[in-house]
Amino acid sequence: MTDMAIGGMRGGGMLRRAASGGVLPILTVLLVIVMVWYVAAVGMNAQWVRDQAARSGAVLETGEFVRQTLTLDRPVLPAPHQVAAGLWDGIAGQKITSKRSLVWHGWVTLSATLAGFGIGTLAGILLAVGIVHNRAMDQSLMPWAVASQTVPILAIAPMVIVVFASAGITGLLPKAIIAAWLSFFPVLVGMVKGLRTPEAMQMDLMRSWSASPAQRFWRLRLPSSMPYLFASLKVAIAAALVGTIVGELPAGASSGLGARLLSGSYYGQTVQIWSALFTAAALAGGLVLLIGLLERLTLRRMGLAR
Amino acid sequence: MNALPILAVWLGGWALNVWLARIDTRASRLLVALIFGATLLLVWEMIVTLYGVPTVILPAPSQIGASVAANGSILWTDFVQTILKGALSGWLIGGSAAILTAIAIDRSPFLQRGLLPIGNFVAALPIVGIAPILVMWFGFDWQSKAAVVVVMVFFPILVNMVAGLAATDPMQRDLMATWAAPYGASLWKLRLPAAMPFLFNGLKITTTLALIGAIVAEFFGSPTRGMGFRISTAVGQLDLPLVWAEILVAAIAGTLFYGVVALIEKKVTFWHPSQRNQRG
Amino acid sequence: MSQPVIRANAVGLTFQTADGPVHALKDVDLTINKGDFVSFIGPSGCGKTTFLRAIAALETPTSGQLTVNGMDPDAARRARAYGYVFQAPGLYPWRTIAGNISLPLEIMGFSRADRAERVARVLDLVDLAGFGGKFPWQLSGGMQQRASIARALAFDADILLMDEPFGALDEIVRDRLNQALLELWAKTGKTIGFVTHSIPEAVYLSTRIVVMSPRPGRITRVIDSPLPASRPLDIRDTPEFIALAHEVREGLREGHSYD
Repeated sequence: MTDMAIGGMRGGGMLRRAASGGVLPILTVLLVIVMVWYVAAVGMNAQWVRDQAARSGAVLETGEFVRQTLTLDRPVLPAPHQVAAGLWDGIAGQKITSKRSLVWHGWVTLSATLAGFGIGTLAGILLAVGIVHNRAMDQSLMPWAVASQTVPILAIAPMVIVVFASAGITGLLPKAIIAAWLSFFPVLVGMVKGLRTPEAMQMDLMRSWSASPAQRFWRLRLPSSMPYLFASLKVAIAAALVGTIVGELPAGASSGLGARLLSGSYYGQTVQIWSALFTAAALAGGLVLLIGLLERLTLRRMGLAR
Repeated sequence: MNALPILAVWLGGWALNVWLARIDTRASRLLVALIFGATLLLVWEMIVTLYGVPTVILPAPSQIGASVAANGSILWTDFVQTILKGALSGWLIGGSAAILTAIAIDRSPFLQRGLLPIGNFVAALPIVGIAPILVMWFGFDWQSKAAVVVVMVFFPILVNMVAGLAATDPMQRDLMATWAAPYGASLWKLRLPAAMPFLFNGLKITTTLALIGAIVAEFFGSPTRGMGFRISTAVGQLDLPLVWAEILVAAIAGTLFYGVVALIEKKVTFWHPSQRNQRG
Repeated sequence: MSQPVIRANAVGLTFQTADGPVHALKDVDLTINKGDFVSFIGPSGCGKTTFLRAIAALETPTSGQLTVNGMDPDAARRARAYGYVFQAPGLYPWRTIAGNISLPLEIMGFSRADRAERVARVLDLVDLAGFGGKFPWQLSGGMQQRASIARALAFDADILLMDEPFGALDEIVRDRLNQALLELWAKTGKTIGFVTHSIPEAVYLSTRIVVMSPRPGRITRVIDSPLPASRPLDIRDTPEFIALAHEVREGLREGHSYD
C-alpha cells in the first residue's frame, strides 16, 4: 500500500503545489542549483584552462580565466548556458529529419516508449483482472510478479536488444518490448491491489442485489481501482522511458536519446550528453504530467477528486 | 508433434495448481508458486531442446546452470566488483546523504517547499543517463559506479524521508509542546521513529535502482571485471549461457538485497500496522 | 482551597481565515481555583477546546489577559505546569506503555530510577499495573486512554487539562473511566479543566460547570455544583443530579440565539 501511495505522490501533485504559492521556494532552490552549477563548472574546467594557458605561456586575468572555463568546446562540466545553447541548437536549429536534431532522436525514443507502455499496460490490466478472478492464477503468478520488482531487469535491456538484433529484429520493436516488460509489472501489481480495494461490505451489498460477476466488475471493482491504476501508470511510464533509453545504449543503435548519450560519451561531447539528458528529463516530466492530467480528469468525472 | 509433450507439462502443472489453490494454506500457497516456477523452467527447457533453439538466442536452463557451475570464480569477482563495491557503497553513501539532507532542511519549511517538488521531479527522471558523465569524471573503476548509484538513490530516499519527517499528526506535535520539548527531543523521540516506515519505503525502492545503476554504468566503461562488463563482452562472444548466469546472479542479489532491507524494516518498524498484519 | 490558579480576564481569540475573521473566543472571564474540577460544555464551535488550548499556550489569545499560576501561559508551559490529555490517546506505537509514560519524563530530564518509580506509581493510579510491557496496539481503547492519562500525571503537574478524553469511547467504558477519574482527582487534589459535550458527564464530574455558546465563542453561564464530593455512579438518579443537568440544559438552550 505505502509503496503505491508514495509512488503516486511522486511527480503528481506538482502542478498543484506550484500553483498554490510554492513557486517562490522552488525558484529559489532552482536559482541556488544554477549558481552552484556555475561555480562547479568554473572549478572543474579550471585545470584544463590552466594547462592550456601554461602551454601557450599566457597569463590569464581572473575575468578572462572564468570566461574561458565557461566557453570550452569540450568542458568537463558544461555551464548551464552552454547546455541551453546545445538544447536550442538540437531542437530548433536543425531540420526535424536531421540526424542531429534532438526532436528526431526524442521522437524515436518517445515512439518506442509509448508503444511499449501501451502494450505493457494493457497486458498488466488484463492479467490483473485474471488474477483477481482466478485463485490458481493469483497464487501462481503474484509471488513471482512481486519478487520480479526486486530484480534489476533494466540492467539486461541492452542484452535483449543484442539478442534480438542477432535474430534480425531491430528498430522500434525490441525497445518497445523492454519498455513493455518494465511497465507491465508496476501496472499488474498496482491493478491487482486496486481491484481488491472494495471493502467486504461493498462486495456484500453487491451480492445482496444479486449482481452478476460482470456487474460487480464494471460497477464496483473497476471504478474503485482507478486511483491505483493511475498511481502505477506514472511509475510505469517513467520506467518505460528509462527502459527505452537504456535499450538504445548498445553500440550499433544510431538513433534515440540513449544513442546520443553513448556517442557523446565516446567522443567526449559533453554538451551533447547534457542536451540529450535534459531532453530525456523533459520527456519524462511531460509524460508523468500528462498521466497526472488524465488522472485528474478521470477522477474528477468519477467524483473522486476535488 | 513436439508441441504435445510441452502442452502436456504445462496443462499438468496448471491442473495441479488449480487443485492446490483450493486448499489455500500458507504451505499450499508456497507450493503453488514453486510449481508454477518449476513448470515454467521445464517448459523453457523442453522448448529449447525439442525445437533446437540456438543457444545464441535462448539457452536452456540446464545450460545456464552448467555455466554458473563452471564460472563460479568469475561470477564471484563480478559480484564483488559490481554489487558490493559499486551498488552497496553507493547506496549507503547516497542513503546517508539523503537522510542527513532531509534532517538538515527539516527546520526550514521554505527549503522543503522548494526541494520537495524538485526532488519528486528528479526521482521520475531517467537518471541512469548521467552514467556516461560520471564515468568520465570518476574513472572506469567502481568509484564512478558508486557515484551513479549515489545520484540515483538520493532523491527517492530524500523525498520519502522528508515526507516521513512531516508525517506526525498535529496532536503529537501539540503533545510535545505541552511538555515544552526542545527541538532535538521531538526530532529524536517523535519524528525520526515516525519517519521510519517512509524511510524504509524509500530504501526498498532504491535497492533495485542501486543494482541497475551499478550495472548500466559499466556499459560506459569499466575495468575488465564487473557484471555489466561481463554481460556486454559475453554478448559480443555470443556466450549467452554466461550472460544468463550473470542475470541470475543479479536477480538473486537483487532479491537478497531487498529481502535484507525488508527484514531490517520488520525489526525497526514492528509497530507499524502493515508489519503487525503480517505477523497475525 | 480558594487560591486562583487560572485567571482569564476579557480573553478574546480571533482566527483570520479566508472567509474573514472567526471569533473563537470573546470576552471570556473566568477564575479557576486550586483543586477545582471545571467542565467546559457547549455545542461544537463554542470555543471550549480553544479556551483549553489557550490555557495550554497551544493557541495565543488576541486580546485580554490570561495567567496560569500567575505566569503567562507560555511561561507556564515551559515550566511544565500542566499535563494535557487529548481526545485520542496519542501513544507512540513503537514504545511500550511504560516507555510512553516515561517519554515526557525523559524529555524533562528525570533520572532513570526516578522514571521507573514514577511510571510504576501512575500505572497503579490508572489501574494498569502489569501492562507496562505491552505495546499500545495490544490494548483496548479505554486502556490506551488510561495510559495517556497516566502519561499526563507522571511528571506531577498541578493542573490537568483534558480535551474530551473519553469522547471516542463507548458509554460503559466511559462510565468506568469517569468514576476512576473522580477517585484519582480525590487522591491527587489536582486542578482539572475538562472539555466535554456530554451533560451527564459534566454534571457527574465537576465542581463547576462552564456553559459556553458559539458565534462568538463565549461563556453564558457558570454553575457551581451542589453535589457532594463523594459521588457513586447512582448519584445520577438523584433529584439533585437531575435538577443540575436540567439547569445545564437550560444554559445551553439560552446560548442559542435564533437570529
